[in-house]
Amino acid sequence: MNIRKIKAFIGVNVLRLFIAITFIFLLVFLYVIFAKGGKMISWEFLTQSPRRFMTEGGIYPAIVGTFWLTILSIGFALPLGVLTAIFLTSYAKPAWLVRIVRVAINTLAGVPSIIYGLFGLTVFVQLFKFDVSILSGTLTLGVLAMPMIINASEEAIKSVPRDFREASLALGATERQTILRVILPTALPNILTGTIISIGRVAGETAPILFTAATFYTRLRPTSVFDEVMVLPDHIYALMTEGSHAAKQMPIAYGTAVVLLALVLFVSGVAIIIRYKIRKKRKW
Amino acid sequence: MNKFKENAFKSVTYIASLFTILFLFGIIASIFLEGLPLFNFVKIKDFIFNTAWHPTHDPPDFGILSLIIGSLYVTLGALIIALPLGLGSAIYISEIASPRGREILKPIIELLAGIPSVVYGLFGMTFLSPMMIKVFGIPTGLNVFSASIILGIMVVPIISSLSEDALSTVPKNLREASFALGANKWETIIKVVVPASKSGILSSVMLGFGRAVGETMVILMVAGGAAQIPSNIFQPVRPMPATIAAEMGETVIGSPHFHALFGIAIVLFLITFLSILITEFFINRKKSQ
Repeated sequence: MNIRKIKAFIGVNVLRLFIAITFIFLLVFLYVIFAKGGKMISWEFLTQSPRRFMTEGGIYPAIVGTFWLTILSIGFALPLGVLTAIFLTSYAKPAWLVRIVRVAINTLAGVPSIIYGLFGLTVFVQLFKFDVSILSGTLTLGVLAMPMIINASEEAIKSVPRDFREASLALGATERQTILRVILPTALPNILTGTIISIGRVAGETAPILFTAATFYTRLRPTSVFDEVMVLPDHIYALMTEGSHAAKQMPIAYGTAVVLLALVLFVSGVAIIIRYKIRKKRKW
Repeated sequence: MNKFKENAFKSVTYIASLFTILFLFGIIASIFLEGLPLFNFVKIKDFIFNTAWHPTHDPPDFGILSLIIGSLYVTLGALIIALPLGLGSAIYISEIASPRGREILKPIIELLAGIPSVVYGLFGMTFLSPMMIKVFGIPTGLNVFSASIILGIMVVPIISSLSEDALSTVPKNLREASFALGANKWETIIKVVVPASKSGILSSVMLGFGRAVGETMVILMVAGGAAQIPSNIFQPVRPMPATIAAEMGETVIGSPHFHALFGIAIVLFLITFLSILITEFFINRKKSQ
């Protein structure tokens, strides 16, 4: 063993140690959440409304709220995002406009989520008078999801081989026909996996809907997009910081965290598996 | 007719992409329009350099220096933790792990990125904080150190995945040239591969900085919430995003306090925007090389 070999041995094992620390933290984290919250999960917990000032009962309204906010905001961001990605990959003229759009996307991707919340508060809640509602929250989360969906769609469209496009154009198809019938269908599975990953992110966002959609407590199921809702992430925060029965609220917070975490991990896990399968099947 | 359809579709994609500019403009306009009226009450200099934040006192103090410093402390702490862990994981995945190991490790890092911040916050409040009190014998576990640990773990996937992209674009012949000169794997990594991907690694760190400085829920729940300049890492702080999130619900719309919270948002936005510009600079430098 000379000094170089010793250095190499130490170096590689330090890297192993770093990756191990990350995974040990992750395991402890998951264990704590699932061990403390897992026993809260029951049919009643998932299907009933909260009772007695949040100290008993279930989280059904929060599950419903998260479902609607997530689905609607992705429904808002997906068409806009895919169309923008088509602009960036297929038309991309004039160059100065492309540049500005790229700066806008990169900046939007980096804006802190709490600032999205303030934006939603001033524009949707106050200016458009949508109040604290599903609609305000949907639009705020939709804007937040846009850069993620644009980036995923752009990657997906770029991974379609040039030959496909050229073959289609050579057969006499127009630019639009090529995009809609050749490029988009080929890129679709990858666009969808990117979208599913964004769904996971959006479902877990707390700060943007703090002032735009979330309410601590409502027994009612939302009947229109102008109702305020309970949502899972904000429910966890509210249980930990509001109310006066901390000892009784904490287990419910853990139970809610398990539901949220399971939801997000399941959704992202599905996306990762689908993507893996697509990559294996792809023949180009 | 066909020409019309072509142009109509093309126009729709242009209009959609204009929305990104519109949204960004909307964000900037909303924080500046609601934030700037504050300076009718407070001088910009006092706002930034005064350390007293007592928005509900009479007369109120709107100095955010301690909030800015609180943000910088937890962000710096997070990067100190995330840089070795994230870069270490990236180097391991890209250079050392077997193809099979890579296929397992990469998705796990990606899953880590998807964990909602509020769940991390819950973990920090109820598990990490009591543990800190026990281990270090300190009065509160909600402090700079705890917040840095959790924020750091949140930043690991960002640094890891972007650094790994950078490492994997280093041309193979650089590595082979290094081996041919007699360097072993470790020497090749440290002296050839990492320096060659310096720009990409730096941009991943800047992106991690932007993410950490703007993260709200974790610091709201774990940083402790005291608006002070900490004298050591075991003291609580009140970083900027936490102040906005905690106080916006309690303030009257249109009051000086309301405008002051938007003023904090302006400062926060400028800091993240600067970090984005620096990231772009590193990425462009890499492209031009």
